[in-house]
Amino acid sequence: MMRKLYASFIYFLLYIPIVILIIYSFNASKYSIAWKGFTLEWYYKLLQNDSLIEATLNTLHIAFTSAFSATLIGALGAIALYRFDFFGKKFLHSLIYILIMSPEIVMGISLLMLFIFITMPLGFWTLFIAHVTFSVPFVIVTVLARMSGFDLSIIEAAKDLGASEWIIFKSIILPNIIPALIAGFLLSFTLSLDDVIISFFVTGPDYEILPLKIYSMVRLGVKPEINALSAVMFVFTLFMVILSQILIKEKK
Amino acid sequence: MSKILLSLNNISKNFDKIEVLKNINLDIYDGEFLTLLGPSGCGKTTILRLIGGLESPTSGEIFMNGKNINNVSAEHRETNTVFQSYALFPHMSVYDNIAFGLKMKKMPKESIAIEVKKALEMVKLFKHKEKKPNELSGGQQQRVAIARAIVNKPLILLLDESLSALDYKLRKEMQIELKILQRQLGITFLFVTHDQEEALSMSDRIVVMNKGKIEQIGTPKEVYEEPKNLFVAKFIGEANTFVSTLLELKDSRAKIQYKESVFDLKCTKELTKECIMIIRPEDFRVERNLEDVKSKNYFAGKLKDLIYKGTTIDLLIETDDGEMLRASEFYNEDSDALGYMIGQPLYLYWVEGWETLLCNE
Amino acid sequence: MNKKMGIFAKISISLLAFWLIIFAFLPNILVLFSSFMSKGETEFLLFDFTFSNYVKIADTLYFSIFLGSFKIAIITTVTTLVFAYPFAFILATASKKYRALLLLFVIIPFWTSSLVRTYALIAILKTKGLLNALLLWIGFIDTPLEIMYTQSAVYIGMTYTLLPFMILPIYASIEKIDMRLVEAAKDLGASTFSQFTKIIIPLSLPGIIAGSTLVFLPSLGMFFIADILGGAKDLIIGSFIRNQFLTFRDWPFGSSAAIMLTFIMFFMIYLYSRASANISQKSTL
Repeated sequence: MMRKLYASFIYFLLYIPIVILIIYSFNASKYSIAWKGFTLEWYYKLLQNDSLIEATLNTLHIAFTSAFSATLIGALGAIALYRFDFFGKKFLHSLIYILIMSPEIVMGISLLMLFIFITMPLGFWTLFIAHVTFSVPFVIVTVLARMSGFDLSIIEAAKDLGASEWIIFKSIILPNIIPALIAGFLLSFTLSLDDVIISFFVTGPDYEILPLKIYSMVRLGVKPEINALSAVMFVFTLFMVILSQILIKEKK
Repeated sequence: MSKILLSLNNISKNFDKIEVLKNINLDIYDGEFLTLLGPSGCGKTTILRLIGGLESPTSGEIFMNGKNINNVSAEHRETNTVFQSYALFPHMSVYDNIAFGLKMKKMPKESIAIEVKKALEMVKLFKHKEKKPNELSGGQQQRVAIARAIVNKPLILLLDESLSALDYKLRKEMQIELKILQRQLGITFLFVTHDQEEALSMSDRIVVMNKGKIEQIGTPKEVYEEPKNLFVAKFIGEANTFVSTLLELKDSRAKIQYKESVFDLKCTKELTKECIMIIRPEDFRVERNLEDVKSKNYFAGKLKDLIYKGTTIDLLIETDDGEMLRASEFYNEDSDALGYMIGQPLYLYWVEGWETLLCNE
Repeated sequence: MNKKMGIFAKISISLLAFWLIIFAFLPNILVLFSSFMSKGETEFLLFDFTFSNYVKIADTLYFSIFLGSFKIAIITTVTTLVFAYPFAFILATASKKYRALLLLFVIIPFWTSSLVRTYALIAILKTKGLLNALLLWIGFIDTPLEIMYTQSAVYIGMTYTLLPFMILPIYASIEKIDMRLVEAAKDLGASTFSQFTKIIIPLSLPGIIAGSTLVFLPSLGMFFIADILGGAKDLIIGSFIRNQFLTFRDWPFGSSAAIMLTFIMFFMIYLYSRASANISQKSTL
């Protein structure tokens, strides 16, 4: 069938580079494409590379904290956006969608300008702020999508029975959106992990993060450790995606 | 006598091992308004789609004007469909929607303009021709859907529950308009509905269907007054049913036993031992006193409920053994019926021949 | 919609609004303003109002850079569109059982670091890489193709990296199409080709525009692809902006280019909303 052929072709194109990368991360040969035997040498080298470890820890730290904060801000905001009308609602909605479409380079330099303007030193906090900012819209979209089937009259019924806002949030809304929260968190986490362009502008010299470290390593050419590192990152992302998709698919 | 335009021969259709149509045989005559009537899932829409070419039969043949069209794809068949959801193209204006079929036929622009104008005027939507479908009301969208189909002058127009989304009054108006349109155009209309009133008021012939089979084909009068079986009798109009035992059938007269009563009726057909007598509510006559009952066959009971329906009054009468009978009388201000009290003893009888006798399958 | 907001709701909205206004809206205003200023000797910005930055863009030297970047972006967008559309169509019309799984396999590269995926291309594209090895082995070519460090590498890199971004919006758009409309077209005599050109493609236009936006804009800005694969290093507007900001310290000039990108983004959003309204089936009555 033509369809199956074409679809397989595209899947092939999408995955071949990564698959090759993963295979070669086990290749004993340093630079050549010839296969010289299976080895875990490059993975061991990774673990011995202190600056890489440090960069990884920093990256995970940023990813975790920014994803958490973005999920918090985004989820609360999304629920309020879904339930209420207020002054500036349209503006806020538009801002969110524009942020998703916005070119990363524009976001990068604009934040750089802001930070320099308020004389904030570039480092952990500027990275944190930047990552939260680009993740929040995605969390909002994810949570809103989940809420879109939500029957608001349940809330009214609860109010009628005397429930306070907090109880409504805790016992009615929250349990329903937990899958979206986790999916939003994972999405923000991955976005933070992979971000190159924005981080490039807002990070400081003292705070190394993984994507930028890889970037500088890569500019110097192919190295087998990078293969191993990329393989690890890919598998990690893969895991995140599958987990979040399972969660999103859960129907109420 | 009209010629046969379309024939379905031994048509069966399965979807995923479920038999939706079982050995259907149907002839459709040129120029008639034929309705497929039945409950949801009876297969009527499937027949429509088979004729339109949107589905293929699992077995059997379809002939149009004598030619086998099984292998003719939908875009080449001389049929057009008015879909239940109208399926108007949202990105095209009313004009472009209607012109679509003609454009596909590569008709020259000037001719298209003339035909579309005619169609628009026929459905009274000329002023709206540049509007988009979402700027029209449901009734207007319906007319566009009809115009879009008839402008192509199909041999058969297929209408799939086209009126079901309209509100009551609009629906009644459209029923009349469709009927007039059909007479004007002379095109064969194949109409699908589950509303028996609609079928009775619009059709030349009705095909009553149930669970993939044809139960009866006939004119509205035939189908209403001479139902072939219990399903048809109950599906069209209301019916009081009495499952009885045949005691004797001699010289065109039948004696049947229903519970404690024996009824003596005229009968010119074959009856099985277990038979059913059907009496429609409007065929019952109601009397307060036994002396006024003008037939040997009658029922006795007490009035359980009275429902005023505007043109008719429905009476619910409970017999001594707890059975509910329905009678219906035309209402006029002189009518006795309003004076009846709940619990009042009443007698129901009927003019001989107004009942229907059927074999119990 | 509930009109009465409790304190909880007010905090939620304020938090979100506060964050986005300060860290998203405000920075962009800064960029807008600075595009009308000029570069100072020691300071970053001199507060005078001038159009000189925008005028400079029209200068032949810079203009050719931008044009070159646009060329790359347009070709990338068209290429991804051509590859992605049939694929998205196949996916959207696949049987429901498989659809979720098929979609998952598109989402995975979508989430994976673009950097990693671009890097993965090197092993394939380099002179002693797999692509050349394969082509030489088949006998398709006699001498290895020089792809790395040429513009072709950038084209391949961008198309490859951005392909999922084109697939997903188009997929979403086609999936929403009411297939009864295609049936209606068939009933009215449309050939398969006409069904596509007159019904499916027009109704998937919002998806096409959304996908194009998600490919076109990044391909103007993604400087690291050009850096890693070489070739066209100075032709990407993204590289240009980066250089202005980090190397030449000419913020106003860099800002004006950034504002240009922002304009393009707004234009595409406008196109998207027009296309969506055009195919809307929601009754306005």
